Parts: sequence; structure tokens; C-alpha cells
Amino acid sequence: MRAFRYHRPADVAEAVALVDTAPNAAYLAGGTNLVDLMKLGVQRPDLLVDVNRLALDTVDPLPDGGLRIGATVRNSDLAAHPLVRQHHPLLSRALLAAASGQLRNMATTAGNLLQRTRCVYFQDTGRACNKREPGTGCAARHGQNRDLAILDWSEECVATHPSDLAVALVALDAVVEAYEPDGPRDIPLTELHRSPGTHPERETTLARGALITAVRVPPLPFATRSTYLKVRDRASFAFAVGSVAAALDLDGDTVRDVRLAYGAVAHRPWRAYRAEEALRGRQFTAELAAQATDSELAAARPLRHNAFKVPLIRNITIRALTDLADPVHR
Amino acid sequence: MQNGRADVDSTDGGWSSPVTLTVNGTTHEVTLDNRTTLLDALRERLGLTGSKKGCDHGQCGSCTVLLDGRRVKSCLLLAVTLDGRDVTTVEGLASNGDLSPLQAAFIAHDAFQCGYCTPGQLCSARAMLDEAAAGWPSAVTADLAGPVELTDAEIRERMSGNLCRCAAYPNIVTAVREAATSR
Repeated sequence: MRAFRYHRPADVAEAVALVDTAPNAAYLAGGTNLVDLMKLGVQRPDLLVDVNRLALDTVDPLPDGGLRIGATVRNSDLAAHPLVRQHHPLLSRALLAAASGQLRNMATTAGNLLQRTRCVYFQDTGRACNKREPGTGCAARHGQNRDLAILDWSEECVATHPSDLAVALVALDAVVEAYEPDGPRDIPLTELHRSPGTHPERETTLARGALITAVRVPPLPFATRSTYLKVRDRASFAFAVGSVAAALDLDGDTVRDVRLAYGAVAHRPWRAYRAEEALRGRQFTAELAAQATDSELAAARPLRHNAFKVPLIRNITIRALTDLADPVHR
Repeated sequence: MQNGRADVDSTDGGWSSPVTLTVNGTTHEVTLDNRTTLLDALRERLGLTGSKKGCDHGQCGSCTVLLDGRRVKSCLLLAVTLDGRDVTTVEGLASNGDLSPLQAAFIAHDAFQCGYCTPGQLCSARAMLDEAAAGWPSAVTADLAGPVELTDAEIRERMSGNLCRCAAYPNIVTAVREAATSR
């Protein structure tokens, strides 16, 4: 690991000013991803700015019925929070489906959103990767790409975003509160992560030096009927092969409203607007759920090894929505 | 200047830092290279070799310790970030030479073969029982609102961050279940 200096800032403004002006500084929160990548030589900061003691670790209900989640709230605390369990079960489910008990005690809310892809070529400094080293090529494009993207990838990068929490939050229209060198800025989570395009090394729309301070979840009364389904290669403690976050509002058998997002399919958490539109106002059936998913995945361009992800996403969407439509859940 | 100590920037350019750690009730003041993980600090500087280095990437769980009572992976924590924090390792689980009920259950049920993962299993299980007692749900908990019943499926899911290459899993589950019911 490259040697680095360490600083514990007194407040958010000091942290942002420091990282904005130091050319190779990084924020350190839970460290579950960053410290690992530093050991691998994938990330080589020469200054770590520790944000763990900035008192950004509370979950607060908002007057409008929403929730404000501090940036350093640990995944385990958020998953177990009574308000989250009651009003946003898909958030608890997404968090609990991720990592392990130990890692959830360490990993933070903002760190989860900003974690790096688990593309094995990105993590291997001996392989070509435009995200790690712009201009070197993409070894994954024609390599072992079973786990990688089916939507919105580019010739330069086929990586997926690995977060489960981000998928659930994007379904809920969460808003990221960032503190940038120019001051505070709200960013809809759907606009935080970028498509890879020709610059896969630019992963978010955050300004240089920006620090996420909180994530706001607007009220969504029907999210009490929501879930997160994740398919992985073992029963626990593995990243998603494919996942779906879903919330369903039925009026009798008619879909009054719905939220859908997919994980492990693209460079960003994938909000399925087309599928939602295909469901709204229609009589709910498993067939309709399948058609709606197909309309979303019509744009899919599977890679050599991951064509299975298309029917996989279709199947788990049907299952998630059918479970939510079950009278037992009403 | 912090806590009356000289700023290390003046001596080595800021690549190392003074850290005060309380481990199993004993307070240690050490100056560490900033790159030192908690695991390496415990093993190499404090002589506490109970915590084991398996993968060193947060994937196997053999380095699990308790930080302020919560289970964490010590291989992914930089010791410099933990100034003033309280750590419990496997060496701190027994009291006055008496094994904890969890440790006794591991022996009674033969919950290990080579024993390398056992310190991590014990620390993880100790905190896991506290999490369940606090009502924290898991991925296999059917009702997020309900109380937690530590079925075998719950124990397996909650212990999934600890691998055992001897595959002593059935006996680990039995030992943890017994410790849970004897609490």
C-alpha cells in the first residue's frame, strides 16, 4: 500500500476545502471498499481525510413524512431503524441482502453509493481498464463478462454498479445532499451516477472535492408495500447477479402506482421508468409484469456471457410484483 | 497538537500517527504507520495473535473483533482511525480464566477442526447474539417488525461473514444455538 498522510477534519467545510485542493486526496468513511482497493494498488491516495467523526450519523424523520439519512449512518443501523423497517421495507431488505454482519457495521450510507465496481478487471492492476487507467482499454469487453452490464455500456467500459442500497434508493427518488467547494447542492440520486460513455473514470456528477453529507428519502406512502429481490451465486454474502427493487400501489386489481429499479445490469442503479409506465393504470397480472419488464429490457445488449440476465431480471420482477400483489401483503 | 502529544508531522512527515487503543480493558499508546490495519496492530505491535489473518480483504471473517461492542473486520480498519476506541478480541472473551458460555459450547460441540477461523467465529457470534437480542432483522427474517427467533437458518445467515474451510458449519450452528438459548 502506498504511504499516505491522515487528517481528521473538524467540520465538513474543512474536509471539502482540503480534498478540493489536495491533488490526490480521498475521503475515508467505512473503508470497506477503499482500504481494500488501496491494498490492491487500485486506489493510491496520498492523503486520507477521515469523515467518520463529523457527526453525519443520524437518521431523522422529516416534516413531510420523508427521512434524512446521514452520510455515515452504518448500513446495519439503517437496516434496523424502526422507521425504515416500517415505511421503507425495501431499504432494509436491500441492506440486509448485502455484504455480511461485520461489513454492514462498518459500511456507510454515502460510501455505499460511491463504492467502486467489482468488475474483476478493474480490481486487477495487471489488466487493461479504462476506468482505472483511462486509455488502456477494456479487458472485460471481450473477456469473462458474465457478471457485467447488459444496459447502457460502452466499448470503453462494461462495468456494473455493485450497490444494492442504491437500487432501492433510486426507486424511492432519493436525493443526495452534497457539500461542494461552491456550497451545498441537492442531486437526485437518478442523476448522481453517470453512464460510462467514453469516460468511465468519471463515475458521478459530483464536483471535485464534493462530500455527500446526507441522503433524503421523500415520503412514498405505498412503499410500506415494497421489497428487494436479489439473485446471487451463493445463499449469502455475495454481490448481485441481478436484483430488483419494487413498490406497488394497487386499487383493487389495478396498478395505481409502482416503483421499479434494477441492480447489477448497468454502470448505474437502473430506474425502470418504461416498465413503470407500462404497468400504471392496467390490471395487474404476472403477464403484464413480464411485458412491462420486456419493454424496459428491449434496450438490453447482453455481452458474450450474460444473456441470461435478461430473463433473470424478467423473472425476479414478476416474482417481486406478484408477491407484493398477493392479498396477504395488502 | 492533540491530547498533549507532539504533532508527528514534525518528525516523520505525517506518515505515522499516535494512537490510543483500549484492547480487552488495557489501554495502549502506540505510534503507527498510517497504513497499519487494526489486525496488524493487534498481532504485530500488541502481541495479541488470537485474531487471525485469513484473506486480509474482508471476505473470510477470521480477523473479526468487537469495536465498541460491535463486530467488525479488523483487516479493513486502519488503526489510525480508531484513536480512543475500545476493542475486544478473542483473548478478551473469557473472564478470570473462565470460558464464556459461547466458547464452552464450541468445545462441547466440536465446532472447529483446525481452529484457524475460530477466534473470528467466536467474536462474530458473540456480537451476533447481541444483534438478535436487540431485534435486528436479517435477510431471512420473514417479518421485519417481529421479534427475532434464532432458527438455524437465521444463525447461518447471520454468520455468513465467517468462512470455515474445514466446513465445521453444522457444529458451529449447534454451538451458537446452544449459547443463544442459554443466555
